[in-house]
Amino acid sequence: MTKTKTLKSLFKRYRRPGDIVFAWFCFLISVFLLSQIADQTAYKNGAKLFAQPRFWPAVSLSLMTAFAGFHLLGSALSERIEGRWREVLLWASSLEYAGWFMAYAFVVPYTGYLLTTIVFAVGLAFRVGYRSAQMLLAAGGSALFTVLLFKTLLKVNLPTGLMYERLPEGLRSIMLTYF
Amino acid sequence: MENILAGLEMLARWDVFAALLVGSIGGVIIGAIPGVGPAVAIAIMLPATFGLEPMVGLTMLLGIYGSSMYGGAIPAVLINTPGTAVNALTSYDGYPMTENGEAHRAVSLAYSASFWGGIFGIGCLILLSPVLAIVAPMFGSREIFLAALLGIILVVLAHRGQIMAAGMLGMFGIFLQTIGLDAVTYTQRYTFDQTFLSSGVNLIVVVLGLFAISQAFFLLTAPDSSPDAKPVSGKLGAGFKELLKHKRVATVASAFGVVLGMIPGTGEFTAQFMSYTYAQKTSKDPDSFGKGSPEGLIASEAANNAVPAAAMIPLLALGIPGEALTAMMLSVFYVHNVIPGPQLFQNNIDLVYGLYFALIALNVIVLVFLLFSTNLLTKIIRIPTRFLGVMILMLSFVGVYSLRNSLTDVIISAVFGVLGLMLKRLNLPIVPIILGMVLGGIMETKLRSALPRLNSPFDMIDRPISFIIFVLILLVIGLHIRTLVKEFKAHQPDEDHDLHDTQSR
Repeated sequence: MTKTKTLKSLFKRYRRPGDIVFAWFCFLISVFLLSQIADQTAYKNGAKLFAQPRFWPAVSLSLMTAFAGFHLLGSALSERIEGRWREVLLWASSLEYAGWFMAYAFVVPYTGYLLTTIVFAVGLAFRVGYRSAQMLLAAGGSALFTVLLFKTLLKVNLPTGLMYERLPEGLRSIMLTYF
Repeated sequence: MENILAGLEMLARWDVFAALLVGSIGGVIIGAIPGVGPAVAIAIMLPATFGLEPMVGLTMLLGIYGSSMYGGAIPAVLINTPGTAVNALTSYDGYPMTENGEAHRAVSLAYSASFWGGIFGIGCLILLSPVLAIVAPMFGSREIFLAALLGIILVVLAHRGQIMAAGMLGMFGIFLQTIGLDAVTYTQRYTFDQTFLSSGVNLIVVVLGLFAISQAFFLLTAPDSSPDAKPVSGKLGAGFKELLKHKRVATVASAFGVVLGMIPGTGEFTAQFMSYTYAQKTSKDPDSFGKGSPEGLIASEAANNAVPAAAMIPLLALGIPGEALTAMMLSVFYVHNVIPGPQLFQNNIDLVYGLYFALIALNVIVLVFLLFSTNLLTKIIRIPTRFLGVMILMLSFVGVYSLRNSLTDVIISAVFGVLGLMLKRLNLPIVPIILGMVLGGIMETKLRSALPRLNSPFDMIDRPISFIIFVLILLVIGLHIRTLVKEFKAHQPDEDHDLHDTQSR
């Protein structure tokens, strides 16, 4: 027979390491948000229940908490999967790349889209382990292509760099408009 | 006839055609690279298309959506790694064919079956249009509310084995769209006195975080790899002759794609699976399935390519998206002030026809492109995964920042990126969050606008269509409970698999 069996098997999803940590995280967040319902939403006297500004947050958070509770229960009662904290560390390691991304966005309005994008692409490619000139050049080339496509050609709404203000007049206007 | 001509005229514009060309070819390339997928590409391109005219922006995204599965078949067949998650079953028979030295036959069959499915889906969409134009105006606020509710229930129930997680994430999506200033009562909801939350959580920022940025994090935190696909030799057009020998399988599979494509939350996976099972059960050689059966390959590819056109039916007629990609398309419609729903067929029928023709054209463009460039694509597949991660992160910046030039959006999208990574690593679904946001917003608006005409809750279902949808809701829940009871009694042993790779869902 083939690897496909019943319709049931198509829809199956299975637990992975770290599942219980995520289940606890979701449950606690749900309970916290639900506990804030009175503070964070208003109740309008005289308005119908379904038209209350509190109605949909209350429905969604109540059900979210219930589902999160059952999900946690399911995880807690299931067999423990090895590698829970190794997985959590991997999630945490993504924060470094989130930092790269936010730093990139923070710097662009100062140093300009062109320069920052090239430095970001080459720097991150180096950081993730590429050392060959070919790969670093490919990263820089891709960055240049991205700038030319989105900023120069498609004129996508991206910031210009404060640094460009210090350039000579002719070059300044070109950089401000196209890069 | 006048409207059909107007639709054709729309497509004949150079900018629309160029957008379709870029979208279609770009979609094939993106689909062929394992680890990218159409959701990532559409999420990144969304804000970039806002500055374009409605038809130009829409055809570009439609091109990516409709063509990615063609490209996804290449790595599924050649290296046993589906380019997009919905090509998973293609690898079951495609890869064994490659191992048997029939790579060109497998790729060629995949292309022709995809084309068959794609054109079949569009044919159904066009044939159904007059019916839609009659039925869609019968949908008032309460019908659309109930249809959106049915959509949410189906999306949750479709994630068998993880229903609690899917329900939790779906409700999280509904909650997310309530954050900010309530537009009717002008009261703050879950803003925690933070001004940046007053305008709410932007759907596109969440989409970019959950699909694109999370995928970059996923690739960057995993070991680097570079798939090795061997070039294909032989006539790629030969598959059409072989396909004609299996017309029945291709047509039934496409029909599964159309029917299931219209139902929210099911889509390509279920269509592919059901058509594969059908093909196997009716085959003269069922034992060859999984070992290189052409029928299995045809069933899988024809079914998943019939879905995009069918998925446009609830989107265009009712404004209700059935999965993440059509949810993204919906935001493009809104940005251009084209509101999908019953009025679209009355006010913008030329745009609807234009989109139909764009769908036909993209299938032809993609097929011609693939017949000449498959070997080029086998080289693109080899891009190292971490390098792809760098590129996705760089491109995500364009998507997030171009929206409102807001650093806050960047931070929010990065937070959702980390959440998306956790979900992908845990093999949990992302789609319920997005559909929760979109369908939750629809439910809240439509329930409010229906309220003045309701004296009791039963008035909600006192019209024929609303009653039918209500019965469907009860039926879906009832059938689910029945299946659960049956499974519990049968004590079926569990079997683990990664078929539901969440990367593209």
